[in-house]
Amino acid sequence: MTSAILISILMTLVAASTPILLAALGELVVEKAGVLNLGVEGMMLTGAVAGFAVAYSSGSTTLGLIAALAAGVATAMIFAVLTLSLTANQVATGLALTIFGIGASSLIGAGFVGRTITRLGPVFPEALAGHPLLRAVFGHDIVVYLSLALVLAVSLFLRKTRPGLVLRAVGENDASAHAIGYPVIAIRYGAIAFGGALAGLGGAYFSLALTPMWADRLTAGRGWIALALVVFAAWRPGRLLLGAYLFGAVMTLELQAKAAGITWLAPELLAMAPYLATIAVLTMMSLGRKTGRLDAPACLGKPFSAS
Amino acid sequence: MNQPREQEVPPRLALAHISKSFPGVKANEDISLSVRPGEIHALLGENGAGKSTLVKIIYGVQHADEGTISWDGETVSIPSPKAARRLGIGMVFQHFSLFDAMTVIENIALGLDEAVDREVLKARVAAILDSYSLPLDPERAVHTLSVGERQRIEIVRCLLQKPKLLIMDEPTSVLTPQEVERLFETLRQIASEGCAILYISHKLHEIKALCEAATILRGGRVVATCDPKLESTKRMAELMIGAELRQIEHKPGAGAGAVRLSVQDLSLAGEPPFGTDLEAVSFDARAGEILGIAGVAGNGQSELLTALSGERLASSPDAILLDGRPIGLHGAGQRRAAGLACVPEERNGHAAVPDFSLADNSILTARHRLPLAPLGFVARGDVLRFAQSVIQRFDVRTTGPGALARSLSGGNLQKFIMGREIGQQPAVLVVSQPTWGVDAGAAAAIRQELVDLAAKGSAVVVISQDLDELLELADRLCVLNEGRLSAPRAIASLGIDEIGLMMGGVHGAGESTGATHA
Repeated sequence: MTSAILISILMTLVAASTPILLAALGELVVEKAGVLNLGVEGMMLTGAVAGFAVAYSSGSTTLGLIAALAAGVATAMIFAVLTLSLTANQVATGLALTIFGIGASSLIGAGFVGRTITRLGPVFPEALAGHPLLRAVFGHDIVVYLSLALVLAVSLFLRKTRPGLVLRAVGENDASAHAIGYPVIAIRYGAIAFGGALAGLGGAYFSLALTPMWADRLTAGRGWIALALVVFAAWRPGRLLLGAYLFGAVMTLELQAKAAGITWLAPELLAMAPYLATIAVLTMMSLGRKTGRLDAPACLGKPFSAS
Repeated sequence: MNQPREQEVPPRLALAHISKSFPGVKANEDISLSVRPGEIHALLGENGAGKSTLVKIIYGVQHADEGTISWDGETVSIPSPKAARRLGIGMVFQHFSLFDAMTVIENIALGLDEAVDREVLKARVAAILDSYSLPLDPERAVHTLSVGERQRIEIVRCLLQKPKLLIMDEPTSVLTPQEVERLFETLRQIASEGCAILYISHKLHEIKALCEAATILRGGRVVATCDPKLESTKRMAELMIGAELRQIEHKPGAGAGAVRLSVQDLSLAGEPPFGTDLEAVSFDARAGEILGIAGVAGNGQSELLTALSGERLASSPDAILLDGRPIGLHGAGQRRAAGLACVPEERNGHAAVPDFSLADNSILTARHRLPLAPLGFVARGDVLRFAQSVIQRFDVRTTGPGALARSLSGGNLQKFIMGREIGQQPAVLVVSQPTWGVDAGAAAAIRQELVDLAAKGSAVVVISQDLDELLELADRLCVLNEGRLSAPRAIASLGIDEIGLMMGGVHGAGESTGATHA
């Protein structure tokens, strides 16, 4: 009985963590390349609405996921053109991108409000996915496994491969990387596209897996949590995984409390918990500036123009 | 790689009638020069003489409008740095292309055009370090290394590509004398193996010590070629500047007067992540003297400057005394008002706001001692007059007080900033790297102003890495090493080797053992 409860807690925790894990992982790569894209929330929303619209029209969640990826990349490209090619301020552009994403997703999603689709199902056959114990391992959908594989892949990419080394170099000292002969702008375009793809995918996880139904501002500020998570993880993919699941746990507190029949604590307070945790983490990080500064890519947020 | 040095061997690199224009400027005009294999060839000239443009053309960063480049006798075009490296041209830039947070070996890997297996690369790097006796630990993070060690990374990067021509751009500007000597040994060994070296500098005694031929540029043209070993230093300097060299005049009668600035047991934690802690720094600066503080950058220079300027406060008021008054807890504005002026090393962004006009920049520090903003309202006319007077007195080449600080060249902005501070008649002037990146003519003018200021009874403290400058300017010299300041010594009693050893301090020991943390 207790194991069944634990497993069900685990399942909700993983599901809640996956979208922020994806979005944060994408943003981690972007920031490692020296770009601060605060538009994660906006990219998640355009991904969410595009994924839902395509899945609803075609009946295929796979097509929906692909559409979400593409929409995330497309939104990210707006940011990339503005900040890289036109050297607009990254912070302002990122904030604008979020506002744009909120508006665009509301507009596109207006006709879909309240519609439902078939939820993204588990990958493995019912015998495994429905097994009371084994479902803890085999009961997840494709995006969960993909997110875990991506954490490993990004970690290896950054630490072990030459392109990963070059990407870090661009984030560490763009002028030097340019002087040596690396295409700083092209590499940053690539990183931003990757970040957009993962943010779009993360957003679509809300509309295709968590709540297979469209509602306005579906992601509810999770993009900001993803941004905080990158700092919390000190730009390390392994710590990012840990952090995402920790935040996932905090986020599901409300549900768990309800399930456990706790009534003395207002559910609204528990719903606030992840945002309070975000503020707490960011405050702690800025207090411990000594480590925070060392970990951050040295060129983070600085515009670069080849002269 | 030993190649015969006979007349029939075509030059490794020959430039013929190279010209390059930028909008409004002819950077290079009809430049011809040739470098033989195994030759160390000096390219000599002031800032703005066209050296860097020429080198960028050779290294493929920029392209000549006219003229031809030939390589081992064949005419070639060099469209990109990659093409230059393929030909066998390696370049060590004045500003290193290094990544502080990464290790030496990662930095070297980044400098290569093709991916090399890490273990293979390690072995190749070890072989080069060994054959040139270069001490360098491949696993250390770059931010823990001294400037000399950082430069070695760049040299190893080049040597890995087995260069036939090595370009060194102002390689000694930040090295200690011992490091310079070591670099020269390395360069001589590289040249003896048949590699040609193009050595860019404006330090004449180095060129005399190292180079076999020199091409002197001025205003984008070749004004002379000579054998530096035969030519006199003075003559080369005059060719380079195009005028008689101004000697600094020390006014007689100036000398040790009353103590104007006294620092007692000043300690300050370094700024993370890479700062150096100041440990119980004590010194006196007297009226009429110039006190030199030598030392390699990163040994607490920036901390000392911020502690004196008031950007960071001392722990007690008595740690810093200005004319006997405790000012250790005064902020930067109060200290300026009291007469302690500071000029930090970084001009754009620290000493001046890049996007402000010169007039606005002069309000920022001069308002404390001059009535530029009485009752908080800017007196526009007085500000313009003050800025204009600085521009005239210090010969700042600019369009006027309305020009943005960022539009000035480094040397001109430095002249303006020095003028702004000296124009306030401070009791004490502390200046860091007063002539960093400034051409010889302007540097001489700035140094003369410092000497004149001291002669008028101010105390001047010069923090510099440039020993020649300190030997020329200072009356007494002390050395800042690892955040500790040595006792000052009269300049007359010191030999350059002795100062070099004091500067090298732990860095020097670290090089011989390869283990000490810099």
